[in-house]
Amino acid sequence: MIKNISNLGDAALYCDFGNEVNQKTNIKVIKYFENIKNLKIKGINNITPSYNKLIISFDLNVINFTELKKKIEDINISEKDIKKDHKIIKIPTCCDDEFALDIERLSSKLKLTKKEILEKYLNKEYFCYMTGFIAGMPFLGDIDKKIRQERLETPRVKVPKGAVGITEQFTNIYTFESPGGWNILGSTPIKIFDQKNEKQPILINPGDTVLFYEINKKEYIKLNEKE
Amino acid sequence: MKKNRIIILREGINSTFQDLGRNNFYHIGLPFSGVMDKRNYLIANKLVGNKHNEAAIEFAYQGPLIKIEEGNINFAISGDIKFNIKKNGKLINGDCYKNYNLSKNDEVDIISTNNSIYGYFAVSGGFELKKNFGSFSTHVRSNVGANNGNKIQKDEKFLLKDFKDSYSNKSLKYMNSKIEYIRILKGTNFDYFSEQSIKEFYSKEFLVTKLSDRMGMRLEGPKIKNLKETNIRSEGLIKGVIQVPADGNPIIMLSDHGTIGGYPKIGVVISADYDRLVQTPPSKKIKFKLIELKEAEKLYKLYQMETENLLSQI
Repeated sequence: MIKNISNLGDAALYCDFGNEVNQKTNIKVIKYFENIKNLKIKGINNITPSYNKLIISFDLNVINFTELKKKIEDINISEKDIKKDHKIIKIPTCCDDEFALDIERLSSKLKLTKKEILEKYLNKEYFCYMTGFIAGMPFLGDIDKKIRQERLETPRVKVPKGAVGITEQFTNIYTFESPGGWNILGSTPIKIFDQKNEKQPILINPGDTVLFYEINKKEYIKLNEKE
Repeated sequence: MKKNRIIILREGINSTFQDLGRNNFYHIGLPFSGVMDKRNYLIANKLVGNKHNEAAIEFAYQGPLIKIEEGNINFAISGDIKFNIKKNGKLINGDCYKNYNLSKNDEVDIISTNNSIYGYFAVSGGFELKKNFGSFSTHVRSNVGANNGNKIQKDEKFLLKDFKDSYSNKSLKYMNSKIEYIRILKGTNFDYFSEQSIKEFYSKEFLVTKLSDRMGMRLEGPKIKNLKETNIRSEGLIKGVIQVPADGNPIIMLSDHGTIGGYPKIGVVISADYDRLVQTPPSKKIKFKLIELKEAEKLYKLYQMETENLLSQI
């Protein structure tokens, strides 16, 4: 199922699952990721799944590219093992104007009212393709074709923590204050990454299903205090 | 018995606790972190008789001013560093690659790095700190690691673990070596770039800009022209990857890099040259040389042997 394995530098494998970005391909990547993780192969430092690639970095003192490539090629995963078996996570989101930083811009670009945009966005099931860039940030999709929009031409220097954004077919949550160019629709008070919880630091894992539902400002403040 | 304790009188620039970094968290967005210059870190720890992975203070450009508030410390500083010691009220010039012991009210003033960026301050026994996600390494951006994931601040106090008082004087004759080329392997999007640009990438010099930090090193030089796509689908990154965004200026991923990224990769710095690469300060120039995987693997073995050899001399 891996189309090609090449080297990324002298201490990582670049596993290519093809050029397409869809859930079918991504589920294969996640399956490999979980499988390789469970095998606990000596020398592997990190395994990073993304839409259609899997990067495996390793300790050159323990193993090298040729040896690890062979081990990965020997892994046998059949098509029937690949199914969705993950949890659904519901994310409370406040879309009041003070949090929906880009909704007016989106409204004029997409020629939809704020209400129409949110109707198309909220209460839909999104698939988590991957987590990363910054700690715990989930990359979710696919959003309704009618509300897809490119990222901001000039990214914000600071996107606030908790911001919920969209770009192209994807939606995400800024788990920390960070620079970023996604179109912000709202904010969640829920903690997505918890550095104090080492066993389960992230709320959303690749393969999970995520749904955003609207809360009002009062509920937002109440939940924010709890977190 | 009173614990040995230090207080930070001046924090310096980007002073953090670091060790050899953390594994197995790229998939949740936590980078490897860890020391930028591994060899110098290992040497500093060996000079004070520590196990390999005891946390040290890593500083950039200017280090902290440290006062011993209680008890004694035995410390060593590695890198190319200018520092002073105030012992019994007397000021002396400090030498790197040598251990010193100080008592209550003595001070260490780490003034600056010479012609390099990073240096290490290690103490016998190590600091009394808590690991987070399997490592002491601080990742400020996600508040992970020792000291609650924060930089070391002025007026903070740190306890030291107990250590045997019977330490001997240790030193190492070592010169931080400069390298003519940074050797790289082909990146996975090598064919995205124009032939002319690739030629220039290996023949021209690139300036290290001020916008470089623990996350990445930004370079300026001949613009690298992309003929195919200036963005790729976001995918995993590793230390040493050279990405080229639409503006044509390469960025090299360093210890605190984002775990995924969407710019095409023109090359990857080989593991053997990483420690020397990270010490190249802004306004200096670097040059790249393309080599093959087998050669990179050999060079890494050689580099490891050199490091082991240095450590065995202590």
